[in-house]
Amino acid sequence: MGALMVIFSLQTKQRRKTTDSVEDELELSTVRHRPEGLEQLEAQTRFSRKELQILYRGFKNECPSGVVNEETFKDIYSQFFPQGDASTYAHFLFNAFDTDHNGSVSFEDFVMGLSILLRGTVQEKLIWAFNLYDINKDGYISKEEMLDIMKAIYDMMGKCTYPVLKEETPRQHVEIFFQKMDKNKDGVVTIDEFIDSCQNDENIMRSMHLFENVL
Amino acid sequence: MATGVAAWLPFARAAAIGWMPVANCPMPNAPGDNSKRQDELIILNISGRRFQTWRTTLDRYPDTLLGSTEKDFFYNEETKEYFFDRDPDAFRSILNFYRTGKLHYPRHECISAYDEELTFFGIIPEIIGDCCYEEYKDRKRENLERLQDDQEEIKDMKLPNMSFRETMWRAFENPHTSTMALVFYYVTGFFIAISVITNVVETVPCGSTFNQKDMPCGERYTVAFFCIDTACVMIFTVEYLLRLFAAPSRYRFMRSVMSIIDVVAILPYYIGLVMTNNEDVSGAFVTLRVFRVFRIFKFSRHSQGLRILGYTLKSCASELGFLLFSLTMAIIIFATVMFYAEKGSSSTKFTSIPASFWYTIVTMTTLGYGDMVPKTIAGKIFGSICSLSGVLVIALPVPVIVSNFSRIYHQNQRADKRRAQKKTRMARIRIAKSGSANAFLQSKRNGMLSELLELTGKDEEEQKSMSLLESQHHHLLHCLEKTTAHEFVDEQMYEQNFLEMALQTFPSHSPSTASHDSPAVTCCSRKERRNTPLPSADLPPPHPSSAHQSTLQELSTIRIHCGDPLLHSTSRSNLNMKPDDSCRINSKSGRITTAIISLPTPPALPSDGDGLHRPPKRRSHPPTGHPVAPSIQTTASSAGINIVKVSAL
Repeated sequence: MGALMVIFSLQTKQRRKTTDSVEDELELSTVRHRPEGLEQLEAQTRFSRKELQILYRGFKNECPSGVVNEETFKDIYSQFFPQGDASTYAHFLFNAFDTDHNGSVSFEDFVMGLSILLRGTVQEKLIWAFNLYDINKDGYISKEEMLDIMKAIYDMMGKCTYPVLKEETPRQHVEIFFQKMDKNKDGVVTIDEFIDSCQNDENIMRSMHLFENVL
Repeated sequence: MATGVAAWLPFARAAAIGWMPVANCPMPNAPGDNSKRQDELIILNISGRRFQTWRTTLDRYPDTLLGSTEKDFFYNEETKEYFFDRDPDAFRSILNFYRTGKLHYPRHECISAYDEELTFFGIIPEIIGDCCYEEYKDRKRENLERLQDDQEEIKDMKLPNMSFRETMWRAFENPHTSTMALVFYYVTGFFIAISVITNVVETVPCGSTFNQKDMPCGERYTVAFFCIDTACVMIFTVEYLLRLFAAPSRYRFMRSVMSIIDVVAILPYYIGLVMTNNEDVSGAFVTLRVFRVFRIFKFSRHSQGLRILGYTLKSCASELGFLLFSLTMAIIIFATVMFYAEKGSSSTKFTSIPASFWYTIVTMTTLGYGDMVPKTIAGKIFGSICSLSGVLVIALPVPVIVSNFSRIYHQNQRADKRRAQKKTRMARIRIAKSGSANAFLQSKRNGMLSELLELTGKDEEEQKSMSLLESQHHHLLHCLEKTTAHEFVDEQMYEQNFLEMALQTFPSHSPSTASHDSPAVTCCSRKERRNTPLPSADLPPPHPSSAHQSTLQELSTIRIHCGDPLLHSTSRSNLNMKPDDSCRINSKSGRITTAIISLPTPPALPSDGDGLHRPPKRRSHPPTGHPVAPSIQTTASSAGINIVKVSAL
């Protein structure tokens, strides 16, 4: 008798599972994104038509569904840094690219971000970097946020570095950063302080132009 | 760098702008993109069928035939296409590999034909996707086994330099290898049979003499049977000792099942010899004779079927255990019930619950001897329920056991297979990861070396050729290094640094650690320090060989290591030679040529098989330049310096 009850409950559970999976399949199939037209993107970004074509082909090849979710993003980014763990930094990067915060990066987000990074003015690039560092998007970079970002960057180096990475290295680096950037020593860096300090730093200015020939 | 993400490299490089405000040092210059080729369509003509694809698609895997300049050999000027005289059906999956980054194995293809195609196009089979890898490996194994069956005779050929011991062992294990072995095999078999028959006949009544009752033959012809028994035990003892002598690993032989059976078979005789005088333990002595029946198990050496049966039972042990357990449960339940049901009736045989066990077992197995039958009505009812359920309880687990056995057996095989495959695949992935990391480190040393070689005035023969993608990736990693003011090193150096820091009171005297003194550096000062151990490099060499020697010694102080995974890599021309040897993913590392400057005099060190975790040592090669491994091409340049060109996949 008990066995019969057990068999019955198993059957109902299975039936429930099949209905759930059907709904799941429907959900998955709707997550496919088609980007805006080529002309619109051309107008919104600073890429030429050909460049947009090349970009989209590469993008669509890697993500046939048209959007990148965070997991895929982390995987792809981690492939470039085999020795370390790039997932934390990729997470911050994902948030920086996902401007509408819907959990996925579509081709438009992707290409807008790239447009700023590759073809934008130095001011725009600095604003983008500020947005990357400002994790909670409150307009201020606090020491904790900077520490998170710094740790993420150092994580990408991995374990096998010379000199050996110590616990306080990121913290020290954050201190240096704040000494340079925080003009009024109030413990946070605002966007104006950031832009000012960066524009006064020759190294940073030069490095901003480094990747302009990427495409 | 892994496969297929070349499209994202521009994105990764652009995102590196996020590090710039954080960095304290100037960034290195980006590699120039001088080849501003527009993306063009390439036509591939495979035996008449035309495939078209973008050039950049093919360029994704620069270490394969289609991705490198090797395809120029197949370029047809008149038709402006690349012509390959190969199977167009198989080519489909190869081209799809370039397109999607995943290599699939089409099931209708013959495994060896597919392998040949892969080898021709320079693609290693290990990168077959997970969906098809198992199938591929299964087919490959089947094929290999089929080939091995054809070559079984070769295995039995006598190897030339076998010692007497090894010959004997081979004779014992494979009786058909030599006549002596065959004779031995049959003799032992004969004596086992004799021994068993003797044991049996001993107990047969042999006819009475005079007025005595029927005596078993054993007691009548004691001497004869004793002689036969002695002879058999002699033979078995000799055989056991010979096997023990010939066994390659005596300890393992003594632990094996067959040898235990041998020992158990002959031990009772010796114990009996010792104990004949003592009358008290004659009972035990009689029991010992029972163990003589174990001699029949010696036949399992002669019979393959027995061995398989034994293995089957062993592997099915848990199922059998379950059967036994459920049977025991049922027996106890029914025995209890029968006992209490029959308690009331007079002169009942069901005197206790254990006594009812016998009834229950006989009934449930549908034997029904009839020596115990219930008399009460309740007893008869429960007895009938018992016999009905007996059929179920016995009949149900048996097919379950059979099917379970078959399923678990195959599952085990598959699980073992998958585990073994997983190990190699994880190793391959790890090597590829470290390979790409090592590629970066190699290129750094390359940069260093070419600087130094320029300083010594020696012109470098080989040009470093790195694909554009590779140089861009390295530039990206270099920027990260500058941002964090730390360098990537490989594991050996890391471990050494770790040790150094741990034992900071021990200044290391080996020249190889001279350059790593203080851990805390800034990026700019480090660059200067790296150049200081090489003051002699600036001196123009008066006499080539001696100055080269000193320069070489200095250069060797920088601990130039050949990345060990690179030793595993096979150059593409050798892919046909060693198809099973390569264990790397087709990565984007391109053709990396690294220069290893070696001292001419020291003896050659053996090439490392797995040197990732060994302490760093200078790699030297003999000046004659003979290859250490077939995958490393050495070209001797002037002044007897060997420059080893290693191309990494």
